[in-house]
Amino acid sequence: MTLFGVPTQALFGQLLIGLINGAFYAMLSLGLAVIFGLLNINNFAHGAQYMMGAFCAYFLLQLAGLGYWWALLLAPLVVGATGILIERTMLARLYKLDHLYGLLLTFGLALIIQGVFTNYYGSAGLPYQIPSELGGAFNLGFMFLPKYRAWVILASLIVCLATWFVIERTKLGSYLRAATENPALVQAFGVNVPRMVTLTYGFGVALAGLAGVLAAPIYTVNPQMGANMIIVVFAVVVIGGMGSILGAVLTGFGLGVIEGLTKVFYPEASNTVIFVIMVIVLILRPAGLFGRER
Amino acid sequence: MRALKRSLVALALAGVFGAAQAQVSDNVIKIGVLSDMSSLYTDLAGAGSVVAAKMAVEDSGIEKRGYKVEVISADHQNKPDVGSAIARQWYDTDKVDVIVDVPNSGVALAVSGITKDKGKAFLVSGAATSDLTGKACSPNTIHWTYDTWMLANGTGSAIVKTGGDTWFFLTADYAFGLALERDTEAVVLKNGGKVLGKVRHPLNTQDFSSFLLQAQASKAKIIGLANAGGDTTNSIKQAAEFGIVKGGQNLAGLLVFLTDVHALGLPTAQGLIFTETFYWDLNDQTRAFAKRFAERDKGIHPTMVHAGVYSAVTHYLKAVEALKSDDGTKVIAKMKEMPTDDPLFGKGSIRVDGRKIHPAYLVEVKKPSESKGPWDYYKIRSTIPADQAFRPLAEGGCPLVK
Repeated sequence: MTLFGVPTQALFGQLLIGLINGAFYAMLSLGLAVIFGLLNINNFAHGAQYMMGAFCAYFLLQLAGLGYWWALLLAPLVVGATGILIERTMLARLYKLDHLYGLLLTFGLALIIQGVFTNYYGSAGLPYQIPSELGGAFNLGFMFLPKYRAWVILASLIVCLATWFVIERTKLGSYLRAATENPALVQAFGVNVPRMVTLTYGFGVALAGLAGVLAAPIYTVNPQMGANMIIVVFAVVVIGGMGSILGAVLTGFGLGVIEGLTKVFYPEASNTVIFVIMVIVLILRPAGLFGRER
Repeated sequence: MRALKRSLVALALAGVFGAAQAQVSDNVIKIGVLSDMSSLYTDLAGAGSVVAAKMAVEDSGIEKRGYKVEVISADHQNKPDVGSAIARQWYDTDKVDVIVDVPNSGVALAVSGITKDKGKAFLVSGAATSDLTGKACSPNTIHWTYDTWMLANGTGSAIVKTGGDTWFFLTADYAFGLALERDTEAVVLKNGGKVLGKVRHPLNTQDFSSFLLQAQASKAKIIGLANAGGDTTNSIKQAAEFGIVKGGQNLAGLLVFLTDVHALGLPTAQGLIFTETFYWDLNDQTRAFAKRFAERDKGIHPTMVHAGVYSAVTHYLKAVEALKSDDGTKVIAKMKEMPTDDPLFGKGSIRVDGRKIHPAYLVEVKKPSESKGPWDYYKIRSTIPADQAFRPLAEGGCPLVK
């Protein structure tokens, strides 16, 4: 059986692959949306922080002998801590200024971080193997699904759902959302808003670090890995609606699938299709698919 | 004031030496290394190519004989427009006499055209397209290290002859990938093989799983990777993940560099077969070079691109000294006239179409158990003699060949 000239079996495979790539987009754009929602900062260093997560996993293995599972726990903490440092020493000074300053600062940081890593580790990349527990693959009949990829979808779904739950359904989340609307009033109720902002940035950055660890065994660990990803992820956030958590997650998965299908029907366009969609969405719904006008 | 004094001294010194080198423009032989300094080809060319060029200048001893040589470098970012702008500026205002390296065929073709217009010299090491000595050949360009025809011929025919007769191509969608695919396809067909399909991916793609599934579905015995650098390492790594090799299909890395094998690690890269024109562990001379080179390039051992830059600059300086001139067109003509000889490629020659001729090696990546440590990666399976390694002169369609 074929659909649009492609065997349906192959099509199922491609849809699944699209979901896997979408999982990375979702996790990265989730962190961006959280940061933008509360801090009003376009965190352009997100790609570099994703790359730092992957490098952190590599260093833990090489220098401390700690494997993948430890990296999954420790790398986000380490990367998140660097995020907190950046927020306290630099970003905190910019909140009263225009968006543009945050964008320039984080973009500059991203270039510096990438430059430093390229200088010391080159661009060819460093090897990182898939953990032995997740080696091998499931035979789904229509495709060969590596266990590791299945794990990536699962991990990403858990992280996305948990984040959404915390922000939309818990008391802590309600403080966060209230602080987004009116920080002065929330502060007056005795909530330490600056500390909450710092921790939120740290959390968003830790998500990038976690995505980096998940990516390390699939892609070679190299300083450019974030730069290739960040522009696409920003497009995802813009399409989903700036600051919308659910929007970021759904658009992440959706665009992963669309990009995957483009790779079958017209591969040459596979790295432009997302931007074409972004243009169309911005013309029809300037606030993004799930965003609201402010 | 001090700056003025210094430049006056420099002028005076230049006057002293000027007599010995009357024909060398502005008294300096200026070598511009134009390479990828920040993206996927940085390790296999990039900063290492600058190191190689400087080593060639030092080893030639030409500066002791009164010539002044300067090596400068720039990043073309894999964009033909950026590369062209730098080349024009170098030739027009910075007095650069020769451009070397230029990985990325798209940029190299653009720079070759500009070099011809300006009557300068261009020594290609990093770029692969065989068009540089074919329909786009130029009297001002020499293609030094390797090309797509040689890769296709070396790897392609070896694989078809050992039973890999059905192919699927994964091709980087720009001048280099298309040339490599075209040249390999010709070799496959000539040896009685068949091409079942091909897919073209954008340069610098992260995820190849979608393309690999298409390759898997084609049931081709061989998946030919007509790409390079990070694109190749990512395809090989992900092919292992998707069980492509376990499923009975084999990968043919059509252009794999030593640094790619280093990035993949031997557990993933073992058994890959491909063609190179240089390996650091060939003989005592190459080992000595590699040792000196690694000390200056963060421990990276030289790739064939680095070796090519060294060899090309060495021969260029010999020709300049023989001519006592750095006029681009004349130097290139002189270089073609003189036989080449250097510690890395041995004795060789340059053809009228600009093709440098030397042997090529079919190599296989060692198993982890066979390797004695980092950078000990290749077994040489066979040597393709110089006269068979490259495209026959008459078949290229180069207008310089009459």
